[in-house]
Amino acid sequence: MGSRVLITGLDTFWGGRMAQALEAKPDVEMILGLGTKEPKVPLERTEFVRSDQKYSILSRIVRATQVDTIVHTFLETNSSAVPSRILHEINVIGTLNLLAAAGASGTSVRKVIVKSSTHVYGAAEQDPTWFREEDTRTGPVRTRLERSLLEVESLVRDFAEDNPHLEVTVLRFANVLGTDIITPITYNLRKRLLPCIAGFDPLVQFVEEDDVVRALEFVTANRVPGVFNVAGEGKLPWSEVASFGGAHLLPLPPIRPRAFAAPFTRTGAIRFPPEMEGLVRYGRGVDSSKLRAAGFEYRYTSAGAVLSFARANNLRRATSATAPEYRYEQDVEQFFRHSPAVVRGIDT
Amino acid sequence: MDSDQGETVGTVRGGGHPDDADFIEAVVQHTPTTTPDAPDEDADAPAELTGATVSYLPVATRRTGPGPAPIDDPRRSDVDEWGRSEHMRSIVRRLYDPMYRYWFRVEWEGLEKIPADGGALLIANHAGAIPSDAPAIMHGIETELGRPVYGLADYFFRTLPVLGTLWSRGGGVPAHPDNAYRILHDQQQLALVFPEGTKATSKTYSDRYRLRRFGRGGFVEIAMRAGVPVIPIAVVGAEESMPILFRIPSVAKAFNLPYFPVTANSLLLGPLGYVTYFPAKFKLRVLDPITFDVEPGQDRYSRSRVMDEAERIRATMQDALHDMLRERRSIWFG
Repeated sequence: MGSRVLITGLDTFWGGRMAQALEAKPDVEMILGLGTKEPKVPLERTEFVRSDQKYSILSRIVRATQVDTIVHTFLETNSSAVPSRILHEINVIGTLNLLAAAGASGTSVRKVIVKSSTHVYGAAEQDPTWFREEDTRTGPVRTRLERSLLEVESLVRDFAEDNPHLEVTVLRFANVLGTDIITPITYNLRKRLLPCIAGFDPLVQFVEEDDVVRALEFVTANRVPGVFNVAGEGKLPWSEVASFGGAHLLPLPPIRPRAFAAPFTRTGAIRFPPEMEGLVRYGRGVDSSKLRAAGFEYRYTSAGAVLSFARANNLRRATSATAPEYRYEQDVEQFFRHSPAVVRGIDT
Repeated sequence: MDSDQGETVGTVRGGGHPDDADFIEAVVQHTPTTTPDAPDEDADAPAELTGATVSYLPVATRRTGPGPAPIDDPRRSDVDEWGRSEHMRSIVRRLYDPMYRYWFRVEWEGLEKIPADGGALLIANHAGAIPSDAPAIMHGIETELGRPVYGLADYFFRTLPVLGTLWSRGGGVPAHPDNAYRILHDQQQLALVFPEGTKATSKTYSDRYRLRRFGRGGFVEIAMRAGVPVIPIAVVGAEESMPILFRIPSVAKAFNLPYFPVTANSLLLGPLGYVTYFPAKFKLRVLDPITFDVEPGQDRYSRSRVMDEAERIRATMQDALHDMLRERRSIWFG
């Protein structure tokens, strides 16, 4: 029997990507996606269930569908995207309910995968050049995002301890760059203005978006419990990122840079969320050899991820093409999935 | 690319376990990679469209194909993972060379004891309000032996704008046990540490050439773990290049500095004294490498053994310094 997978955040970038990737795998029997909105990508056989951010209906869904794997991609890692109260609701309360549903007595769940971020390490002057999974952050927790992610990870840790028969995998992804994803960094690069702190040129690390999906697929298909850093090999200076992306550096003063960035962020010229300040001052590096030792192969280095973004961005600039947004029509999707009139297994 | 398709093919054909990596590899080798007979047939056409080129479309594209070919590591600068740039180093070397040759007139003794390849932990005594010994040692080894030296130092440098970046590009690395292990063991490079730390550079002139406590012996433990020798270097001259007369703790506190020195240079030259060294004659003596007969790669080593070794190395360096000072006739001419 194939696996039955539940994906959270189907309407978000990662949920959609992950569902598409799993659909191509014949040994995945059923894919169920939760989302607050309709999926934004075309999906073949993934079932979509609308839910609120807190997943209050989750335990019922888990019981009814007997899923064995939960892929928790719906963790917000960009604090400029949502208000802080919603951030807490999505990350902490959402995870809390998810784990409660997964750990209910007589549960069918065997595996839980959480997509976390290297933001949990923070960025401070006392940091090692490469964080390993067992290292803790050296600086105090300053941003709401980091606090919420740390809270999520501690919930997951407790959950793994309380449920030793379950396989719990936490992936901490470095900053993502790639062809399609929009993050504060890609937003700035697209606007050709990359904020930096005057006099600082830290080394940063990236992971390509395809490697993100492939890493999630890898841990879904294999037995690799534990915490893993996921990041491309090597680091590169922030100024080099700007050079690759064809962007100018916008130097902010070392003292209170966020106050000086405010006019730019308010007018939408740049994005400069609080968690970015430490990154552009001290940079961050994580040791990703543990996942590599488990058998995962990266296809991009850090600089490769930057180039992947830059190439896609060049094309975007050259053609200024925008694709028509995919629209999810509940009735149509249900018809194709469940109507006896549809002959399955042929190319449509 | 192959592995992606191979995984699909492998599991379809054999209906086997996805974990069975050997089996999958075997299938990959005997399967034409062009058309996998996976049931998801409509993946072919879109994969041609979106996979072959870089997709410029937002998320609405379908992505089941192998995607664009992986990109090699492209770089636009030569900054390595520690922040060191060979280009920047060569500029610094060119600028610093006259200072090295004609100001400090650096003289080495026993430079051949530093290996031409393989990792080694260089340690030296530290002196001068703004230490002049680190650049001299790094410059000397890089020009004479032609191999890079990473100078491990307090993370305080990282917090300084401009200077911190220059320090990093010039080969400075924050002193962290993990960093040292990676440089010494994984990359087999030379690392330079000053075990006394800021206790040595903040000492006043009356304490010159009196070695401070060697921390908690962390450098010995790192060398043991990395399985590399410790090579002590005794430096004479740095103490007199920028001697500290006294310190003002309140200023240090106000500006968040490790210490605030009032140097002889600053009394003579004013603020300019903080960037001008006295032309003391530098003599550097490389002592015999010390190897430890312990199993490398362990998490912890006997604390007493580590402290003993650290103390022994400190005594050896102190003796060497006294020996060199006994032979020295002039601070300025050696």
